[in-house]
Amino acid sequence: MIIADKKPVEEIIDMVKGCKKILIAGCNECVTVCEAGGKKEVGILASTLRMYFLTKKQDVLIEEVTLERQCDHEYLEEIRGRIDRYDAIISLACGVGVQFMAEKYHSMPVYPGVNTCFLGANEQRGLWTERCQACGTCILATTGGVCPIARCAKRILHGPCGGSTNGKCEINKDIDCAWQLIIDRLKALNKLDDYEKIMPLKDWSTDRAGGPRKVIREDIQ
Amino acid sequence: MRLKYPASIKIILVPCTGKVDILHILRAFEKGADGVYAVGCMEGDCHYNSGNLRARKRIEQAKKILDFAGIGGERVQMKNLSSGEGPLFARYAVEMHEMILEMGPNPIKMAKKKKAA
Repeated sequence: MIIADKKPVEEIIDMVKGCKKILIAGCNECVTVCEAGGKKEVGILASTLRMYFLTKKQDVLIEEVTLERQCDHEYLEEIRGRIDRYDAIISLACGVGVQFMAEKYHSMPVYPGVNTCFLGANEQRGLWTERCQACGTCILATTGGVCPIARCAKRILHGPCGGSTNGKCEINKDIDCAWQLIIDRLKALNKLDDYEKIMPLKDWSTDRAGGPRKVIREDIQ
Repeated sequence: MRLKYPASIKIILVPCTGKVDILHILRAFEKGADGVYAVGCMEGDCHYNSGNLRARKRIEQAKKILDFAGIGGERVQMKNLSSGEGPLFARYAVEMHEMILEMGPNPIKMAKKKKAA
């Protein structure tokens, strides 16, 4: 899922400076699961801002809503009827949701309430780690289910670099060397011969370097 | 034991302090509470293993928010005692009551009153 982290409240307050009516919009999907932008986080931020503005003697109306998703037209439409009441929206969705909201409500300032970080997994409570860089051409079948694009600092495709020491990456001793993980996993799968195979050139045209990407599925259009 | 504690304390029963959510605390202050404290079991003695430890973390989080909002993080506290410590329960209530009297009313309450006037 998409992992996001909370933005400092000071930064959010700075963004909405001068606004008198603010809607805080959460999202029920990824940001709810990673506890950065769901209904509860909307409540906490709204409560914090209400108390902050009251003690600063500023008359600011803060309202809350949490949409099923902010990356789908139909759910964003749910607030169309009330959108004119506000001076600004703070979206606690990922960067996709913030942008989709801004596109839909063109003349309404939409501010991000979280920092969108990466595609990752919930390793344990309060710990999320990156697993995928959405490069568009998945090679996990040949790397034992461990992605060298997302998990190797150098994104290399043919074994560990010289910086790999005791299974850890040279950039940080707390980071596993992705290629060590790949070799360990290939061993466990009894497929270590795959490690000897020369990988073909990876098709990077589907990666971010080619500019913003699209997936077109004519079969479901 | 017929112990006395200040009448200003309103008790809200929860099955475990682990049930206390940060939103419960924040909403209490928004509604005008002058102080909130959670009384949990002794650390290490939680019937649900870690409920009181989770509550402590939420109290710490609430403290930071209240400090930021200008209300005062001291207004929210975590206390631990065992079910056999009635006198300590009463003492905590008195301590909390006195601390709040010293700090004065919740600024939110005052701001709301001014706004309504």
